[in-house]
Amino acid sequence: MTSAVLNLSTTIPWLTLLGVIPLIGSVVVLLLPRARETLAKQVALAFSLVTLILTVVMALGFHAESRAPFQFTEKYEWVTSLGISYSVGVDGIGLVLVALATVLVPIVMLSGWNDVAAGTTGRGTVKGYFALILALETCMVGVFAATDVFLFYVFFEVMLIPTFFLIGRFGGAKRAYASVKFLIYSLVGGLLMLAALIGLYVVSANVLGHGTFDFMQLVGIDMDPGTEKLLFLGFFIAFAIKAPLWPFHTWLPDAAREATPATAILLIGVLDKVGTFGMIRYLLPIFPAASQWFAPLVIALAVIGIIYGALVALGQSDMKRLFAYSSMSHFGFIALGIFVFTSQGMSGSVFYMLAHGLATAALFAAGGFLMSRRGGSSLISDYGGVAKVAPILGGFFMFAALSALALPALAPFVGEFLVLLGTFERYIVIAVIATIGIVLSAAYALRLYQKTMTGPVAPGIDGIKDLGGREFTSLFPVFALTLVLGVIPGIALNVINPAVDRTLTTVGQTDPQPQLTGTEGGQP
Amino acid sequence: MEVTTAAGGAFAYLWLLIGFPLAGAAILLFGGKRTNRWGHYVGTLAVVASAVYAVILLLALMGRSAEDRTAVQHIADWVFINKFSASIALQLDQLSMVFVLLITIVGSLIHVYSIGYMKDDPDRRRFFGFLNLFVAAMLLLVLADNYLLLYAGWEGVGLASFLLIGFWQYKNSAAAAAKKAFVMNRIGDIGMSLGIMLIFVTFGSVTFSTVFDQADQANDTTMTWIGLLLLLAACGKSAQFPLQAWLLDAMEGPTPVSALIHAATMVTAGVYLIVRSGPIFDQTIAASTVVVIIGTITMFLGAFIGSAKDEIKKALAGSTMSQIGYMILAAGLGPVGYVFAIFHLLTHGVFKANLFLGAGSVMHGMKNRENMRRYGALRAAMIVTWLSFMAATFAIMGIPPFSGFWSKDDIIHAAFEHNIIIGICAVLAAGFTGFYMTRMLVMTFFGKARWEDDQHPHESPPVMTIPLIILGIGSIFTGMALLFWGNIETWLEPVTGFETRELAVPAVVLEAITLVVVLIGAAIAIAMYRRSVAVEAPKGNVLVRAARNSMYDDAINDTIAVRPTYWLSRSLVWADRSVIDGIVGGSAAFVGGLSGRMRRLQSGFVRSYALAMLGGAVLVVVVMLLVRLP
Repeated sequence: MTSAVLNLSTTIPWLTLLGVIPLIGSVVVLLLPRARETLAKQVALAFSLVTLILTVVMALGFHAESRAPFQFTEKYEWVTSLGISYSVGVDGIGLVLVALATVLVPIVMLSGWNDVAAGTTGRGTVKGYFALILALETCMVGVFAATDVFLFYVFFEVMLIPTFFLIGRFGGAKRAYASVKFLIYSLVGGLLMLAALIGLYVVSANVLGHGTFDFMQLVGIDMDPGTEKLLFLGFFIAFAIKAPLWPFHTWLPDAAREATPATAILLIGVLDKVGTFGMIRYLLPIFPAASQWFAPLVIALAVIGIIYGALVALGQSDMKRLFAYSSMSHFGFIALGIFVFTSQGMSGSVFYMLAHGLATAALFAAGGFLMSRRGGSSLISDYGGVAKVAPILGGFFMFAALSALALPALAPFVGEFLVLLGTFERYIVIAVIATIGIVLSAAYALRLYQKTMTGPVAPGIDGIKDLGGREFTSLFPVFALTLVLGVIPGIALNVINPAVDRTLTTVGQTDPQPQLTGTEGGQP
Repeated sequence: MEVTTAAGGAFAYLWLLIGFPLAGAAILLFGGKRTNRWGHYVGTLAVVASAVYAVILLLALMGRSAEDRTAVQHIADWVFINKFSASIALQLDQLSMVFVLLITIVGSLIHVYSIGYMKDDPDRRRFFGFLNLFVAAMLLLVLADNYLLLYAGWEGVGLASFLLIGFWQYKNSAAAAAKKAFVMNRIGDIGMSLGIMLIFVTFGSVTFSTVFDQADQANDTTMTWIGLLLLLAACGKSAQFPLQAWLLDAMEGPTPVSALIHAATMVTAGVYLIVRSGPIFDQTIAASTVVVIIGTITMFLGAFIGSAKDEIKKALAGSTMSQIGYMILAAGLGPVGYVFAIFHLLTHGVFKANLFLGAGSVMHGMKNRENMRRYGALRAAMIVTWLSFMAATFAIMGIPPFSGFWSKDDIIHAAFEHNIIIGICAVLAAGFTGFYMTRMLVMTFFGKARWEDDQHPHESPPVMTIPLIILGIGSIFTGMALLFWGNIETWLEPVTGFETRELAVPAVVLEAITLVVVLIGAAIAIAMYRRSVAVEAPKGNVLVRAARNSMYDDAINDTIAVRPTYWLSRSLVWADRSVIDGIVGGSAAFVGGLSGRMRRLQSGFVRSYALAMLGGAVLVVVVMLLVRLP
């Protein structure tokens, strides 16, 4: 805890920097001449790499043991009369999600390097595509870093714009339908959240004497149980659509199917995490009683989603839709871990958010590379025997499938197991049902692998090229990170756990005791 | 109870045991084509290095006093949050030690053999990479000091078996068999996952030593549940009833893989799990009894299947099921049986590797065909293979003084100590062993040649026959060596406990009866197959046909699990499209005033929408009620 480091971390506005750099990059890329496509890509990639490096430097200055709820905080008055401020900061949970976003952006740029030029996409320009990705990065950093509820809401809504264009302009054949569907769903959620936000403001004005959107002031605010439940619902539905939980999910398969793989990775890998992040950051601390009141409902939706998503994934004939439903099943795990109110469950959920971001990147990137070799077709039946023709691609596809089925030593396992464990501590029956998901995930992941990668070589597959240098470079970090986090998850758990403990303390929940008490979890 | 010693001296590098093969796998799999030329040597050396280190460790362990033979090495923290903590930590004790020796030594021989067996396969390097991964995962499984890390090795073994069974992945049948093995194993993993969770909720720890020290304090019901969950896990990995169906399909992999799966790794994992968790099973008679019953059922199931199959590898697979059944049965007997379960596992590991590699050698000389009805009189063509196969056959049949005699006889003895019916079952199954093994031996090596016209049987090259000779010698002497020189009972006693009870009849009488039963089985086989074997399998009676179809396990699984799951999956795909999305689309159309969509909504669909919505609502309510349960 050296003061020099503390000074450094307080004097540099890290989070603002992380948000602004991609925004500047976005503008710079847009100002480049349209014809200089490669330059636009390189500039965009450079900006995203700078952001990534800064994130790493910032993360190294993060104090896991610190008692402060947020670090790297900044606060500037914005609309004083309404108690709105530009205030940012991260706890361990926010930190890993900001890091996830800034890690994935350069990866998707590299993997989607030729997405626009490939001719399979819509009417946008190359520089537009990359500028939108950078603009989206700004929003992602902002939404995880905001500590003012209104600021969070602003990022939450503004995020829709680049996403909408990324799907609607650069997607597949039915991109218009998919993007509008995405937008309508999100707007409905956003509207409910806005209403709840205003309600919360009114409550704060009544209780505190001055209206505020400041997160720290809103935590533990005393409100009427009926109001609390109503406001909870407003936020919850917005988050449940974003996450998405069953039965708010049907925008996801269409969006995933029509978006480019790069967009899909950011959408499912990062943006969807805003929903579950919002549950931990805002629902639980601000509405603790309502969270407990609604917990059985949320748990029910989550566990239905786990099984339902996996079963529907098993029956898909389109691999992008399969990825989407598999994600929905995993989102069920994440929501489950949050609402069982145990430290194992919640820590597992946060870790799973991170792991799932990487797993999604692995699936969509490897899947995207595969599809780009077969005219963009995502029909599983168009493939077969790929591993024989393109063994490196086959190997990465195998890895992606193993990530999806949460093999131990890969990151998703840690999240999934902790969620199941945390659930088991309180709800054995629910944990048993959710555990069935591990069989179903193996079934759909390996079915996909078997149908596409093994067997006789399908027509149109013979002679395809194995992964090139750029493709390999974009997938390898995902592979390495998934493996490292699976073997040494402590890197992330060390910062996540204190934040989880703090959240649970705020909600007033403690872990159930083991049956045989008085003995510590023993390490030799 | 257990004295834990910090790992020092020879024990300071325990991780190397896993490190060698893991590094081998990494080099071969990530090294790509440039390692093609020498990759198989690296792979073999990696396992041999582990074997050498294992022997050093054995000597070091023997140099310590019996109570001081547990070395624990903490490598890193792994998964932790508040009370929950599972480390990457290895524990070497007498039980792990014998497994490490079996895995690395038999594994080394299988590697050497594979150099020859896979010589012409363009993907030999990848094959060795997967073999190394298999060995590394299995070593992690037996060296882990806690259940979660064991689970990691457990799944690693599942992955490696998936890769190897499906090694010839251009064959649809191989790819399907690989998937089936993994998914069925995952069903067992439900037991593993839930078992670990229940252990944590009960003991507040998943570390073996902490859990076992408190095992006698937990209540019976909890212990029974933990026992049953771990048994479910064991059924998956060890191909025990009702999760046995993957094992026969696993023959799709190259033969050395079968040897590795059946002898040194994978199927032995379930036995290890139960014996390792002995302190838990000791507290629950109910779970132990179920273990015995499952073992007994599988013992017969495997024997039936092994007696009817005409493909040499599938007949051997049936025999593995049956022999593992013996071990599970013994493990269910508690301290009277643990030692013998492990003893039989070790002797079986040697002679079953011998049998599979022998079968591989036969197939190598017979253009990879494995129908024994097309074999016959091969003893002249492949003498080394024949002799070593004979040694292994006598060993598995339990003919004195071959190694299986000592271990199987001990299990039969222990079974009688426990319960006379189980004892009789064990003797009967020994008779079956006599039958199916003699059948295999006679059909393959004796009688008239029934070869197809294009066959020119020949002996395999030395790189394959030398491992066979070593294993053949092992098939003869392992039993005696472990019993008289290794004192397996006292060696394992500090970990597993050991007790014997007096029997009404002297042991010699029991041995004599067993031997007679085995010989009767053998005699029947000779009578049936010595003179002539029909080239086309006769239709046979109901039982023969059932056994030939592996007791219809696939049909049963299809009916009760696979087809319902796919039906449900398809229904939900439909419901998701037309109902959930349809309602959204419908309401959007309503808002937008697009009447076309509305009309469709109002017509015949409306009833199914309503029904599905009702279904969804009921589902949510039911699950919410389940949440109310503990």
